[in-house]
Amino acid sequence: MGDPLRFRDDAAHAEPAVTLDAFVANQSNATAVRLEPGDDARALIPALDRLGLVEIAFPSFRDGRGYSAARILREAGYAGELRAAGDVLVDQMPFMRRCGFDSFAPDAPVDAETLKRSLDRYDYHYQSAADAAVPVWKLRHG
Amino acid sequence: MYKYDQYDQAIVDARVDEFRDQVQRRLAGEITEDQFKPLRLMNGLYLQLHAYMLRVAIPYGTLDGRQMRMLGHIARKYDRGYGHFTTRQNLQYNWIKLNETPDILADLATVEMHAIQTSGNCIRNISSDQFAGAAADEVADPRPWAELIRQWSTFHPEFSYLPRKFKFAVIASDEDRAAMRLHDIGIQLIERDGVLGAKVFVGGGMGRTPMIGPEIKDFVTADDLMSYLEACLRVYNRYGRRDNMYKARIKILVHEIGADEYRRQVEEEFAQVKLLGIDPPAAELARITAMFADPAYDTATADAVDRANANFGVWLDQNVKEHKQPGYAIVNISLKPVGGIPGDASADQIDVMADLATQYSFDELRVTHAQNIVLPHVRKADLYAVWQKLVDAELASANLDLISDIIACPGLDYCSLANARSIPVAQKIATRFASPERQRDLGELKLKISGCINACGHHHAGHIGILGVDKKGVENYQLLLGGSGAEDVSLGKITGPGFSEDGVVDAIERVTDKYVAVREEGERFLDTYRRVGMEAFKEAIYG
Repeated sequence: MGDPLRFRDDAAHAEPAVTLDAFVANQSNATAVRLEPGDDARALIPALDRLGLVEIAFPSFRDGRGYSAARILREAGYAGELRAAGDVLVDQMPFMRRCGFDSFAPDAPVDAETLKRSLDRYDYHYQSAADAAVPVWKLRHG
Repeated sequence: MYKYDQYDQAIVDARVDEFRDQVQRRLAGEITEDQFKPLRLMNGLYLQLHAYMLRVAIPYGTLDGRQMRMLGHIARKYDRGYGHFTTRQNLQYNWIKLNETPDILADLATVEMHAIQTSGNCIRNISSDQFAGAAADEVADPRPWAELIRQWSTFHPEFSYLPRKFKFAVIASDEDRAAMRLHDIGIQLIERDGVLGAKVFVGGGMGRTPMIGPEIKDFVTADDLMSYLEACLRVYNRYGRRDNMYKARIKILVHEIGADEYRRQVEEEFAQVKLLGIDPPAAELARITAMFADPAYDTATADAVDRANANFGVWLDQNVKEHKQPGYAIVNISLKPVGGIPGDASADQIDVMADLATQYSFDELRVTHAQNIVLPHVRKADLYAVWQKLVDAELASANLDLISDIIACPGLDYCSLANARSIPVAQKIATRFASPERQRDLGELKLKISGCINACGHHHAGHIGILGVDKKGVENYQLLLGGSGAEDVSLGKITGPGFSEDGVVDAIERVTDKYVAVREEGERFLDTYRRVGMEAFKEAIYG
């Protein structure tokens, strides 16, 4: 049984994440970066193929900027680990998975059973996002 | 009307299961009230002054008889026998128990209904023209576009934790019956070179900082609509203010950076998003549009109406509107009886309206943002029978768009945000102007009351608006004049010092007396106000 909060087959990234400011200023050789809600995820685009982990911070579960940051990185082709860290609640994880997050580091423990129920609940989604789900309109029209 | 297929039904059924799970975890203490709050809000469940309030979504205000009967059933079984129709074309129940809400949602799901995203900081119910599909002046039925947006916005994974709530309206005529430019995004369908497209306005709204939305895009075709809206929302989600909830609506962002800069950012984002292939094919809009095809009108029905009954004639002139189909009419059912609660209907009245729809209106009803009900397609030959049944059910108030057709929020009688009561003020004004002849003489006069600065009662858009405030522990009412939510959109201006509850009724009477004294032939109150200006009315009010 693997880590229920990690949805990747590769080994967890070992290197600590640096801030975006540090990455841009003097640590461009780092392979893990942490984005705060106000950071522009697009600043990482030139370096995506060198990164193994991007950690997006959620200081408050109400602040939804990280959902857009995640999608922007996936849309730009980022294939490394994308982690949601902080005040991340189990009921938000299905949305986060759809935005491209593939690991979670929540402040409070998450019940694995509740998480599984939550992730398995919806068979269909209306819109396409950063996950592999086929939108309902495509199911309707092929 | 839109009908669910197996996908729509599966999503709504899963939602019932999800909310049941969330409520159980809350009742078991596994999640805190603080954590539960955004979950229940995203499902239209508020904790009010006395009980939970549940808001049921009525997409673009359209529903059928079976759905309407279910609303009556829920009112009887889980509430105190009433439902309250809202300015978002939804329905609210004010006396709900938390542990029963999953069962209510399960009942709603049996008739293709839900409470998804009727509150919370997400994309809310899409509103539209209550005369859609029946009005002669529309370029197309706006509801298929509204349904496309409903599906795109339902459980949108990126836009469920926005800085603040987000409201859409879609119309398709120059006459604006849906206050389109007072929405976060307002869309007007227009035709250009034979192609249907959307003109997009962004950053309108009421609340404590009312703004009229500027035009951001002159024309977007259906092929690009979802990508364009996704870009609009992404710019807002990333850059909308989150430091102050009162400055978090998109109107503040658009205002602070300017419409041109917002447009530039959206275009830049659109260029990226368009490459993702997120726009449904034309076949999807065609599939939805087919469900909104005209009903099978009786083309042989008479166009004349027997007006022998004088009361019927009065109701006909006031509440019945032109239909695009000869021999048919649009019936407006006023939920504003003198002395009643604006927008309220009893379970029995809800059943009556459902039955009338089934028997006389191709099984279709609409909820209006003015908190009334519409039977959109009634044969003129049936109008008298419909009116008689409305009279029996105390639903025949002939006051559409008159001074007693008041929009009012629930106010301090129910709402935990309110500073002042709205309902008693509405009742006193309607009672003061109870004479039908006097109301008709005053003509079109849209009076709107909010019990706090959040403006749920649309006071900024009232020809006459009232805003209830708390002044050192005493309810005080400010008066506004000159607002409009229609195609001649404008924001009302405060007259001056506020009034007591009775004082504001007196002040309104001084305003209407002044209007009667100075109006010119054919002028509505709003026209006179715009011609003579605030000063003349101020003098009449404050002497």
